[in-house]
Amino acid sequence: MPFIPHTNEDTQAMLATIGIQKIDDLFNEIPNTLLTADLTSIPSGLSEMELSRLMHARAKQDGGKLCFIGAGAYEHHIPAAVWEIASRGEFLTAYTPYQAEASQGTLQLLYEYQTMMASLMGMELSNASLYDGASALAEAVLMAARLSNKKEKPAILVPRNLHPHYRQVLQSIVGQQDIDLLELDYDSKTGKISVESLTAFADRKLTALIIPQPNFFGGIEEVDALSNWAHEHAVLCIAVVNPIAMALLKPPGQWGKQGADIACGEGQPLGIPLASGGPYYGFLCSRKSFARQMPGRIVGRTVDSEGKTGFVLTLQAREQHIRRAKATSNICTNQGLMVTASTIHMSLLGPAGLRQVALACHHNATLLAKKLQDIVGIKPVFPAPFFHELVIRLPKPSSEVLQKLAKLDIQGGYALNTHYPELGETLLICATETKSAVEIEFLATSLRETLS
Amino acid sequence: MSNVPKKLRYTASHEWVRQDEDLFTVGITDHAQCMLGDLVYAELPELETSFDNGQECAVLESVKAAADVYSPISGEIVEINEAVIENPQLINEDPYGKGWLFRIRPFDPAGAQLLSADQYSKQLASEAH
Repeated sequence: MPFIPHTNEDTQAMLATIGIQKIDDLFNEIPNTLLTADLTSIPSGLSEMELSRLMHARAKQDGGKLCFIGAGAYEHHIPAAVWEIASRGEFLTAYTPYQAEASQGTLQLLYEYQTMMASLMGMELSNASLYDGASALAEAVLMAARLSNKKEKPAILVPRNLHPHYRQVLQSIVGQQDIDLLELDYDSKTGKISVESLTAFADRKLTALIIPQPNFFGGIEEVDALSNWAHEHAVLCIAVVNPIAMALLKPPGQWGKQGADIACGEGQPLGIPLASGGPYYGFLCSRKSFARQMPGRIVGRTVDSEGKTGFVLTLQAREQHIRRAKATSNICTNQGLMVTASTIHMSLLGPAGLRQVALACHHNATLLAKKLQDIVGIKPVFPAPFFHELVIRLPKPSSEVLQKLAKLDIQGGYALNTHYPELGETLLICATETKSAVEIEFLATSLRETLS
Repeated sequence: MSNVPKKLRYTASHEWVRQDEDLFTVGITDHAQCMLGDLVYAELPELETSFDNGQECAVLESVKAAADVYSPISGEIVEINEAVIENPQLINEDPYGKGWLFRIRPFDPAGAQLLSADQYSKQLASEAH
């Protein structure tokens, strides 16, 4: 059933009233040079039954397997209570809470989320979420560009050991906005950013340095030295971090002498199932003094006319419904449901629980690394320390190895040769707290058999 | 009826201008502050930056809106009012005095195309209808 209730007669009557011939005429205002393609390549819709059949078939492809893939999305235990509570009608159907008097529950939850996220990141301010980790980084870069000296074209240093998808999304979103994205290579021996490599950019006026923690290879960056270098050269420091790792490692707000200026990343590890890639959510934190350049919803706590505590959307003059074309935020719907689940997840675990999860992840990944090193032909590519994933070199083509493991219902890792051809036949392999010693042993045994 | 001092000159976009020798002091009019309501934030231009006549050079934010302030003449910013950054309410309380925003050194002081108080008052009267 179509969701558009107008009949052809209705449409014709409306077009006639405003004096145009066809619906396409409404879009004449768009310059022809901006029209890139028609929509004929988009297939026509599927029936509900066809769609259901397709999705069930796809779900079978990645469900129920033993997963050692990380690479930006991580399998963690989610307490049953999280989605039981998040699925309550009051949360499940809540939309952008413009009407504070009717949305106190949702607003309070978002306020609690912001408080938890700011605390986890060691930052002063958090917004109420963005779409995902990659778009949160793009927003962080746009924010840095707004904060920079407007006389010069902004230049952002983007390390190659940042998630390749994040780099692609960054290119898509900010690549056309008169911002230079400069590639910073990683040290081929350590997989990390070396502070020495930054000196090549010392003469160039930079806007921001992006620092991943851990980096895409799972390695731990020297965040203090890197952020200090940034601040000594009047460059903003943008942290892209795994939120679980921040329960164990130094949070961005404490990096170096001044702390990172903006911290962002993917919220999925905090209570969101892998679910074939989404929906996830992005988080974004910053210094309080940057509040007016921050995108997304921000919830504040206040008092009503009777002095009672209440929660409201605040700093809305940044947003598109007030500031129109000059808004610093063009995102009005945050990932409310995902954030609801994350907030419940974080409150059930607490800071100590999150730290335990992080420690268990690191413990399992260390055990995994040890078991893999005992296999003839497998070598770690970069030295420790790592958080919960690492890169290993295989004596055989990675695609062949992964296919054999898949037959044993094991998702054995993420092949790096597409995005990092220089690394050759390597796998990025991850173990979170969900992997038992028996399962890690099973992977090691299966790999040994596959390679023999 | 809002206050439109006779000794000042005005723009159609609700800035006032006071000429002191070769410097122009700029703020927003009583009418503008009244329309915006309680101001909570002022973003003023950086010193030594140049603006064209009519170019956006500052942003004011109230509890209900954000508004751009336009340069009334081409020139270079030589001074900004730090006090309104600290306390934007000064613009509401004293728009023609303590609530001034910035001083600009015009490239061509004689080239200013500004409204007299009478002309600006007439504009306000016509906008009211």
